[in-house]
Amino acid sequence: MYHLTDREISGLEGKANEIRQSVIEMLVAAGSGHTAGSLDMADIFTLLYFHVLKHNPENPDWEERDRVVLSAGHICPVLYATMAHAGYFPVEELTTLRKFGSRLQGHPHRTALPGIESSSGPLGSGLSQAVGMALAERMDNPYTSKFIYCITGDGELNEGQIWEAAMLAGKEKLHNLVVIIDRNAIQIDGYTKDVMPLEPLRDKFASFNFHVQEVDGHNIRMVNDAIGKAQSIYSQPSVIIAHTISAKGVDVFERDFRWHGNPPGKGPEDRVPREQQAEVALEKLRTLGGMITPSDS
Amino acid sequence: MFADHLDKKVCTPEVDKVPNRNGYGEGLKEAGEKDERVVALCADLTGSTRTNLFADAFPDRFVQVGIAEQNMASVASGMAAMGKIPFIASYAMFSPGRSWEQVRTTIAYNESNVKIIGAHAGVSVGPDGATHQAIEDIAIMRVIPGMVVLAPCDTIEAKKATLAAASYDGPVYIRLAREKTPVVTTEASPFTIGKAEVLFEKDDSHKKTVGLVVTGVLAHNALEAALLLAKQGVGVTVLHMPCIKPLDTTALDTLAATHDIIATLEEHQIIGGLGSAVSEYYSEENPKQVVKIGVRDQFGQSGEPEELLAHYGLHASGITEKILSLF
Repeated sequence: MYHLTDREISGLEGKANEIRQSVIEMLVAAGSGHTAGSLDMADIFTLLYFHVLKHNPENPDWEERDRVVLSAGHICPVLYATMAHAGYFPVEELTTLRKFGSRLQGHPHRTALPGIESSSGPLGSGLSQAVGMALAERMDNPYTSKFIYCITGDGELNEGQIWEAAMLAGKEKLHNLVVIIDRNAIQIDGYTKDVMPLEPLRDKFASFNFHVQEVDGHNIRMVNDAIGKAQSIYSQPSVIIAHTISAKGVDVFERDFRWHGNPPGKGPEDRVPREQQAEVALEKLRTLGGMITPSDS
Repeated sequence: MFADHLDKKVCTPEVDKVPNRNGYGEGLKEAGEKDERVVALCADLTGSTRTNLFADAFPDRFVQVGIAEQNMASVASGMAAMGKIPFIASYAMFSPGRSWEQVRTTIAYNESNVKIIGAHAGVSVGPDGATHQAIEDIAIMRVIPGMVVLAPCDTIEAKKATLAAASYDGPVYIRLAREKTPVVTTEASPFTIGKAEVLFEKDDSHKKTVGLVVTGVLAHNALEAALLLAKQGVGVTVLHMPCIKPLDTTALDTLAATHDIIATLEEHQIIGGLGSAVSEYYSEENPKQVVKIGVRDQFGQSGEPEELLAHYGLHASGITEKILSLF
């Protein structure tokens, strides 16, 4: 995990913006799907697929690849968009999301699309699968540097299975497991603090024998450094609590739990009328929230 | 007439009695010797599921997950994704009973090469009572696309089923019992996934004939009932279905063509189990009345295994009585 130059950071930020635009286009074409988490995890997915991962989009089954397990399957638009931009499949295919016959199922299906490591959607089981991968890899290669990255939501941490998996990961000291939590503070029914308080989250994972870091999930340099540190911890599994702003990148959608499970065109109307939601979102992204005109970019 | 390959002590007081979970333990260890990809996981029931035989032989390939069946199912899926052949074992009530969604999504939908062992199935679990007596597991497993469902009749067949599951690429469920049950088959008995076996053939002299389809450890009870019914003038053929899915429909066609009535026998709810599977096939392809002998939409309860089998009509006498009432 090498340090990123300022120029590389700018490149990744630009790529994350393109991926966010793809996410909006996909959700609009599908007419359903999850907006907030898909937008707010774009920076981390971009960092993973364009900098961190050992992988080969032209050979998705390459044995030596790192594994990404998306436990929060509902934010698959950002996974699909990132994979397409990274070269796994044509970007044009993205707008088939959720449509009949598409490889881009509404929640990821492992056998449908090369490069998807696990089927997910029912929450809480991705961490267990990642633990299984990390265990199996370590059986074959105790000093492995093949990493298993598991992306979870924060609402998902309500599931008991998460803590069953965390207990086993801690027991087994899975140094090759890196969990990244999208701590966007929302879930379908409301803010996480109201639905089911999670704090002190750091202490919870620490007590399960994880190495815990908290980062600004939109600060690519900070996340990259945290991943580097997680890789260097040999005696414990790692968790990175990535504090994100839900629906990051489209300010009129941000920090509002009602954008968890609605696509542009079907979201809350108090800040933008439904018929303008898609257009406004794309305009916000193209102009970086009005800071630049599209012709500057 | 008994099939040639059966143990000669079948239906005699000298018959050997061994829990069929022993066969699982032996088969798993042998599978582990043959293929280093085989790994085992257990949820704090290593001794009673006989996973200890493997754990002692291959400690580095055994994972103790604690009392966490849902996690165990998905961890196994992750291990299979890395090329392992995981066997996960607990009591059937908890795995797959508690972990059904994880089995469906992370094992079956993922097409993971995971083998799920449900021990202590059926009312014959005995004194532990209804909470520990899985009599719904065949139903919930056979409904999952791509899942192979096996219920071996004795320890020898359980060992063969375990080895066959290890060689088969895809998810398999194996149902086991707690109690010592009669050893029916021998090393020479055939076992193939997808194949039924005639254990006892009716005598042609009988005018009234019944094809009795059975699965799991009740095979011995079916054989005892066949002997009793022969004395009452009813010719019974016992067709053992160690593989409930995929169903051996060729064997069912033959049975239907040569018998007046078809009956099924299982230590399971009559809703969704072997009887349902057999009925589903006949009703679509080869209309035939099917009389189901099993637990009739009730929970189990505490008691001695033999008492409970008698109470639910699964003893030779109850089976005989039920079949005689059909004529």
